[in-house]
Amino acid sequence: MKIRLAQIAHARSGDKGDIVNIGVIAYNESDYEILLRELTPERVKAHFSERIQGTVERFELPNIGALNFVCRQSLMGGGTLSLLSDAQGKSFGGGILSMEIEK
Amino acid sequence: MIRIGCGQGFWGDSFEAPIRLVEDGPLDYLVLDYLAEVTMSILQKQKLDNPSFGYARDFPALVERIHSKGVKIIANSGGVNPIACAQEVRKRCPSLKIAVVIGDDILNRIDQYPLLNIDTGQPLSTVKEHVLSANAYIGAFPLADALQTGADVIITGRCADAALVLAPMLFEFGWSPTDWHLLAAGITAGHIVECGAQCTGGNCLADWESIPNLATIGYPIVEAHPDGTCVITKHSGSGGRVSLASVKEQLVYEVGDPRAYFTPDVIADFTAVSLTDDGPDRVKVTKGRGLPRPQMLKASIAYHWGWKASGTLTYGPPQGREKAHRAAAIVNERCQLLGLHFDDQVTEVFGDDWSILRMAVRAKQKAPVERWTREMIPLVLNGPPGATGYGDGRPKVHQVAAYWPALLPREAVSTRIQVLK
Repeated sequence: MKIRLAQIAHARSGDKGDIVNIGVIAYNESDYEILLRELTPERVKAHFSERIQGTVERFELPNIGALNFVCRQSLMGGGTLSLLSDAQGKSFGGGILSMEIEK
Repeated sequence: MIRIGCGQGFWGDSFEAPIRLVEDGPLDYLVLDYLAEVTMSILQKQKLDNPSFGYARDFPALVERIHSKGVKIIANSGGVNPIACAQEVRKRCPSLKIAVVIGDDILNRIDQYPLLNIDTGQPLSTVKEHVLSANAYIGAFPLADALQTGADVIITGRCADAALVLAPMLFEFGWSPTDWHLLAAGITAGHIVECGAQCTGGNCLADWESIPNLATIGYPIVEAHPDGTCVITKHSGSGGRVSLASVKEQLVYEVGDPRAYFTPDVIADFTAVSLTDDGPDRVKVTKGRGLPRPQMLKASIAYHWGWKASGTLTYGPPQGREKAHRAAAIVNERCQLLGLHFDDQVTEVFGDDWSILRMAVRAKQKAPVERWTREMIPLVLNGPPGATGYGDGRPKVHQVAAYWPALLPREAVSTRIQVLK
């Protein structure tokens, strides 16, 4: 069954220079397995294909049922160099939740 | 058990939050984090204009307002001029004992180290003549030593944010510099509260519509125990919500590899941490795990890159979006006719029938950016119909102070404490 990621997870994103990190957290830790299976770095990069220019690396936090995605070259220079409205990558957290995944 | 409140997540955060933390319930320590990555360069510029500036200038008035409650205050409000900050506090509150921790400023020594950019690998020498500020991140131990002097207020410059929270634990519980797991427990709690209300319901995506009373949101309090157990909470009666969800979101905020969160005092492993529900608005944090502190310290360096400007126009219906795109094309054509060149430029259009056009440019030279700022507003009269939202006038040109993250040997930095009585 296809669902939106928002139905099983919440998220928060932030910046470090030109890097955006997106923490995705399962509401129920039993759904962590679904995150592990569905949220590959490739799929996350494809979801933000216009915004993430660099690599996406995935880290696992099984202790809180969360994944952390470190997305490089995603803020047009980042920090004060970035000309984007969202120069700090705050909107990626909400943005990732529209992903369609298989439950 | 000690209670440590965090009343400021960045310079410009709520002025009232630290007052509420001190006045609305029990608290032993108040920590205030004023410094974002490029704040030091802004303060450096202020200091160049006036040698008695260069610190968070709203801090002394805040101390004056709250000091009578007897809560100890630890803040990185000193910026690039912590002594001047302390002197201003003393002027307003002569009865307080103030300790200043200095030694983070390495601006006069940047020639001595390669200071390779962590992201690009380039040596700092490539931008050396443009450097505005250079500071090493210092840890919690010098701050704990400052508490040892019996000071009521501790003022420092560029310390690691979470170290502000770890410091009172070191002082109260006597943890040693190699108690890696305890240090990691303190840093983990510090990381969770260092952005103020971001762990008490602010910027919280989980169930955000039901989070109560954000107008009176409570800022976070750590109840810290000698065994490293920490409870994240807030004063009863305040707004917001401390929940597993709000704390988890903050635990992963601005983190790279969660197995290795680097600080000057310890490398914390956030994948070992256990979070448990401890009742309404209470989350217990246990099982801190730490690795030995890194050999190198991080340096925060800012340099003058160039100039930038951004402007917006609003277009109403019908076809707001089409009008906005046409307007952007006109600006770009004008820039071509004028022969203006930029290192980077961005056009964003938000909305549909009603649309906001936002354009921005950046260049090493000021002149093209200056000229560009005169090209957007005329569209109100000479572009597509119905442009509005230009009340702020012509876009302003801003200096771009860029960030240069680097590492330097721990031995290169020695801190010292100056006490003002």
